[in-house]
Amino acid sequence: MNAIGLILAGGNSFAMRELTDKRATAAMPVAGGYRSIDFVLSNMTNSGVKTVAVLTQYNARSLNEHLSSSKWWNFGRKQGGLFVFNPTITKENTMWYRGTADCMYQNLDFLLRRHEPYVIVANGNCLYKMDYGKVIDYHISKGADITVVCKELPGNTDFSRFGVIKTNETKRIIEFEEKPMMAHSRTVSIGVYVIRRRLLIELLQRSIVEGRYDFVNDIIIRYKNLKKIYAYEMEGYWSNISTVEAYYQANMDFLKEDVRSYFFNESPYIFSKSDDMPPAKYNPGAVVRNSLVASGCIINGTVENSVLFKKVFVGTNCVIKNSIVLNDVYLGDNSHFENCIVESRGTMIENAYHIGSDEIKVVIEKNDRYIL
Amino acid sequence: MMKKEMIAMLLAGGQGSRLGVLTANMAKPAVAFGGKYRIIDFPLSNCINSGIDTVGVLTQYQPLKLNSHIGIGIPWDLDRNVGGVSVLPPYEKNGNSEWYTGTANAIYQNINYIETFNPDYVLILSGDHIYKMDYEIMLDYHKENSAGITIAAMPVPMSEASRFGIVVADETGKITEFEEKPANPKSNLASMGIYIFDWKILRESLLALKDVEECDFGKHIIPYCFEKNIRIFAYEFNGYWKDVGTLSSYWDANMELIDLVPEFNLYEEFWKIYTNNNNVIQPQYIGQEAKIERSIIGDGSNIYGSVINCVIGSGVTVKAGSIVRDSILMSNTVIGENSRIEKAIIADDTKIGNDVIVGFGDEKANKLNDKIYNCGLVTIAEKTVIPNGVKIGKNTAISGVTQPEDYPAGILDSGEVIIKEVK
Repeated sequence: MNAIGLILAGGNSFAMRELTDKRATAAMPVAGGYRSIDFVLSNMTNSGVKTVAVLTQYNARSLNEHLSSSKWWNFGRKQGGLFVFNPTITKENTMWYRGTADCMYQNLDFLLRRHEPYVIVANGNCLYKMDYGKVIDYHISKGADITVVCKELPGNTDFSRFGVIKTNETKRIIEFEEKPMMAHSRTVSIGVYVIRRRLLIELLQRSIVEGRYDFVNDIIIRYKNLKKIYAYEMEGYWSNISTVEAYYQANMDFLKEDVRSYFFNESPYIFSKSDDMPPAKYNPGAVVRNSLVASGCIINGTVENSVLFKKVFVGTNCVIKNSIVLNDVYLGDNSHFENCIVESRGTMIENAYHIGSDEIKVVIEKNDRYIL
Repeated sequence: MMKKEMIAMLLAGGQGSRLGVLTANMAKPAVAFGGKYRIIDFPLSNCINSGIDTVGVLTQYQPLKLNSHIGIGIPWDLDRNVGGVSVLPPYEKNGNSEWYTGTANAIYQNINYIETFNPDYVLILSGDHIYKMDYEIMLDYHKENSAGITIAAMPVPMSEASRFGIVVADETGKITEFEEKPANPKSNLASMGIYIFDWKILRESLLALKDVEECDFGKHIIPYCFEKNIRIFAYEFNGYWKDVGTLSSYWDANMELIDLVPEFNLYEEFWKIYTNNNNVIQPQYIGQEAKIERSIIGDGSNIYGSVINCVIGSGVTVKAGSIVRDSILMSNTVIGENSRIEKAIIADDTKIGNDVIVGFGDEKANKLNDKIYNCGLVTIAEKTVIPNGVKIGKNTAISGVTQPEDYPAGILDSGEVIIKEVK
């Protein structure tokens, strides 16, 4: 592989509400058995990328814990490996990462010391499968300076969450608006870029001198008329975890047969750290319909149209509908959850009653857990 | 010089012939158990949980599945710079080559492996049992007693003691007598086939008895050491321990796991059982019309039909309209639509068609071997294919890719067997 990977996983999203109080969005648990960064890491390894750096900043503890061993994604080799770069204080710099360009700049040594000609820049909070090799081939065939991977979204999307792109007939990007109030196009950047390593270093050095720290605004948009920036249109499933609603929807997507079999049963596969939980157990009284259940769960109640992550205990006479219950949650007997996301490691007392009516309700409760 | 205080030697070469077609193409330790595990996962996980990071696995009978399961030991954290897991098959030697002819002979042939680690103690295990044991506590007991050999033993009901190798110990735990399947047992402590040896003593005994045919721990090494007045102690174990040597005991032990509070607890946080799941990590999907009662189900399974009193492995599909009851489905089996499966053990990668009935009619004694196939169980070997619409009776066994012609009038009568060569 002639490229290295840079995964930007340092960001926070206020629209994730309480869910990012204790973790970065890249560490959000997804689809019962994964974390969102698994998708980009698996894409990297499945594309043959051998060297990947993850740049973290915001609430990185659980992300670092997840990445504590790189072997689950087939990194951990003599040639290459998985690197996690948290911000550090150095002789020249005492700042946090001031933006996406700055975080790459502060790890410039890593970029300088590699020999691969290309860099794939990606984020850690999108769910998709992609062969980055094809993007690099496209990049070379177009003679591009930068290639931006993009996707056409349905018309009813809230485009103010995205970077919206307009291209000419050769697919060169002629307009790029970050989070516009009024979008002129339905094509959005998915936050994956291919760029020559030397050029990236040069653009970063120049931007930092000018006090510009954001990769999209200060490099992509600023240089779009000067540099040849092309759009590569991706196909297949893509979703972006940036709001509670989007997160909820992304998990619910896995209840659809086509999404499930695309990610779970079709090669290349998505890898994650194995937790070695025992099989899920269904006791008398369990009624489960149209739901995903991860290992280690013990179910005594009703679960419908829901996603149960690992090691969830569902008490007798519980009702869980249209909800997501994250890892290691104890739901006491007779409790009721509808349109909820139950935060991980919570303990719900008996008869708890939670319904999200206008919006998805995020339930965080830390009661004492009584274990028999 | 390299130094490990204790290393484990895990005997995993046996066929387990009483498991019938389940072990036709794999050794018993590789047989699936409890949804996502294989039998060998239990001793391997016990080793790493007890702090033993060097394990030699002795293989002989049909080792392919074991080899690929163990790999370099990653799932058990046994991929080590020094030590780790090593698979030890019999090998050709200058002048004298032989298979492993007995349990002790297998260890004798691997003295060089053991010597590499220069251990003080060697733990001998078998890959046939379901249990959790902290071997470190057993080692502490061994040291406290200044024993040369410590044998793990568990109390069994006096009425059943005549089925086991019985040890008779004094009040300090020192063994005073051995009885092999005694008619009138003097004690109810049954040997579990788990030994800790001082390596010097074991080494000396192996060399002294190297010419004994089919040299065995229970029959030769232990009696030899006993006669030489080596201090042999019984370590009493009171936890869960199951020999799953027969199809009915295998079926029973699996079914115990679906009890409301099972005697054998897989959900314990600090004594996890690890396994190689072939990277199946996705959650299971339970369909809109599915019905699940009293069952455990492994990762990545898709259930659209009904599953009642079952132990289901990873990546299993049960299609709509099918009812699976009182059965064990190992990984990646597929049950077609509108089939009915009752009291069956179905091994990995089996495909069962639509409208099939398994466990049909009245019980009849099995014609091939009614000591193996009994209790009304239907046993289906790995990679078997069963065509649409057939009916299969009780006490039957099926192996291989079967065609509709193999079932006269669409029926395999109770007690019949179909075994086809796997190509």
